[in-house]
Amino acid sequence: MQTEANKPAGAPPNDPRWKLLDAAMRRNGRKQNALIESLHAAQEAFGFLDEDSMRYVAANLRVPLSKVYGVATFYHFFTLKPQGEHSCVVCTGTACYIKGAPNLLASLEEHFGVTAGETSKDGKLSVLTARCFGCCGLAPAVVIDGDVSGKLTSAGLVEKIHECMKGEVAVP
Amino acid sequence: MNPEELRKIAITQKESNAQYKHQICVCTAAGCVSSGADKVKDALNAGVKKLGLESTVQVKGVGCMGPCSAGPLVRVKVRVESEGEILYKEVTPENATEILASLDTGKKIDKLEYNTDVPFFTRQKKVVLENAGYVDPDSFVDYIGHDGYEAMIKAYTEMAPQDVIEEVIKSGLRGRGGGGYPTGLKWSTVAKARGTRKFVICNADEGDPGAFMDRAVAESDPYRLLEGMAIAAYAIGADTGYIYLRAEYPLAVKRLRAAIRQAERHQTLGNGICGTTFNFRVEIRLGAGAFVCGEETALIASIEGNRGQPRPRPPYPAASGLWGFPTLINNVETLANIPYIVREGGDAYGSIGTEKSKGTKVFALAGKVENTGLIEVPMGTLLKEIIFDIGGGIPDGGKFKAVQTGGPSGGCIPDQFLDMPVDYESLAKAGSIMGSGGMIVMDDTSSMVDIAKFFMEFCMTESCGKCVPCRVGTVQMHNLLEKIANNEATEDDLALLQELCDMVKNTSLCGLGQTAPNPVVSTLRYFRDEYESRLVRKGDNGSKPQPEEVKA
Repeated sequence: MQTEANKPAGAPPNDPRWKLLDAAMRRNGRKQNALIESLHAAQEAFGFLDEDSMRYVAANLRVPLSKVYGVATFYHFFTLKPQGEHSCVVCTGTACYIKGAPNLLASLEEHFGVTAGETSKDGKLSVLTARCFGCCGLAPAVVIDGDVSGKLTSAGLVEKIHECMKGEVAVP
Repeated sequence: MNPEELRKIAITQKESNAQYKHQICVCTAAGCVSSGADKVKDALNAGVKKLGLESTVQVKGVGCMGPCSAGPLVRVKVRVESEGEILYKEVTPENATEILASLDTGKKIDKLEYNTDVPFFTRQKKVVLENAGYVDPDSFVDYIGHDGYEAMIKAYTEMAPQDVIEEVIKSGLRGRGGGGYPTGLKWSTVAKARGTRKFVICNADEGDPGAFMDRAVAESDPYRLLEGMAIAAYAIGADTGYIYLRAEYPLAVKRLRAAIRQAERHQTLGNGICGTTFNFRVEIRLGAGAFVCGEETALIASIEGNRGQPRPRPPYPAASGLWGFPTLINNVETLANIPYIVREGGDAYGSIGTEKSKGTKVFALAGKVENTGLIEVPMGTLLKEIIFDIGGGIPDGGKFKAVQTGGPSGGCIPDQFLDMPVDYESLAKAGSIMGSGGMIVMDDTSSMVDIAKFFMEFCMTESCGKCVPCRVGTVQMHNLLEKIANNEATEDDLALLQELCDMVKNTSLCGLGQTAPNPVVSTLRYFRDEYESRLVRKGDNGSKPQPEEVKA
């Protein structure tokens, strides 16, 4: 079968994540125009897009790898770097900017030594920025591990992230 | 399901709603959910179960009620003696018992009450958001119970496609995504265009930072959007529609996906809609975070699975769009207006608003203003009414400095325009644009050079890189603004900045580049002194002026 043959070498034969990606591509009929959808599925399954998953998508949708790479790097939503255990996305939309998002980023750098777009050296925390969550009523807003929190101060944010990291230790 | 069956559902649903003695609506739009609305709803449900009130009290999740900063919001409808509604703000799960206990006595809980007899509520007029805050976004039958799909049934059974377009033309509706192009004209162009297939695209790639109107519609009333698309498809003769939705709005994605499934099951989408011979399918395409994809040709490229880069127009998408077929592209708010126009008639809609800007407009009010959230007002409402009456003015005794409309493509409007009516023409005259409806209020702690730099950085990173003026020009402009902000620029730099504004505006390929200089131009026009005070004067021997206190 084509999909089996194109499975990248080194991928675990029964890794359910490849199956997720495969199912998403099948759902869209492996159409070339479903490239962005497939990359969404790949990023959801693996957390980021590596060369293996991009090659896999390229082979399955019969599009050149160069195009897959071009699309993956064009859109901000896709990331080619692995993410930390926890993520903190700071909204840098206009409302959040006016209400102090730059201060939040500065305090994250100060406390965790991570700048926007980077992951801490121990792989615990990734700091990202987003253009706007559409939660402007709650500015400044951040998304910590998928949950939006709003009306944050620098101290409040640092405390929240500490809490989040502790939670990870308690619940293995 | 034919129209008769749908009407039957509507009656049953209305009856079953009326059965309950009390109704508690919990806002489950993204703003309130992030303040913990889900937990409040769970606590209320648990309380109802514990007290055995299932037959008298209905707990319902609804869409956005407006004042997002006061969330989680809960609206209680008491039918004890007189019908009354009470809005509670900042409700916690612990308040659930208290709220349930208050139902039978009919007494308000004073400490939680949010007074709705204030301009924030009384000055609004809801058309697009008429169901938001009342209808359960996850329930097809509840939408039907709120007269949903009545407009679609009317269009499909009583009107010819041309009649629908006539009504839209009569309504005077203009595109709500920014350009303000007359919607009826666009529809008739696509209807007349020749093609073996036609497409409807809903632009829900709300990329403007500080705008969340489309998210609110998609989250609060997803069926309305589908109904608007289905009517548009009928009018122009399209068989497939795409909703190009931001991946950053997971709740909207989830609700729209569920709504499409439900609508297909009830045959208000798919083959043979409502017993007619008309077919229309809708698919969701997720954006991936590129502002330029709000531009229609870039959006089409993105749906086709390519990089979101625009192409020169003409040919316009109305003639050659998605895969070369005639394509209608409307934004979420535009399409959400359609059911009202078809149901009430184009004239009724046209009676709202000003002569050239008809209807209502949804604004996302944010920034340094007391009441932040979502509002819908008739076109032509004065700017000061929006900011000081509805918005409640500047918090902490601050002084109003400017309001930014239109996002990175718009401009900053200073206080001398507070008496201006808000419509397409007036905003353009003041050097800004309507845009999609973000309104960000700034007080005197905001530095205008900083704001201009902020937007230029945005445009610089969002430039797709296809045309030189935008790709290179925005970088150069950003460098110059950075120089000014750091008190290192000279008068020559300022002159160069102005020259670049002109060049980028006039030579860029698409709307992104053409409007990228707007924030700089408008702040230069009204706040030139802020720029000049940061320049290094000739003959200063390079000694820098003391940096001002800069606060973002």
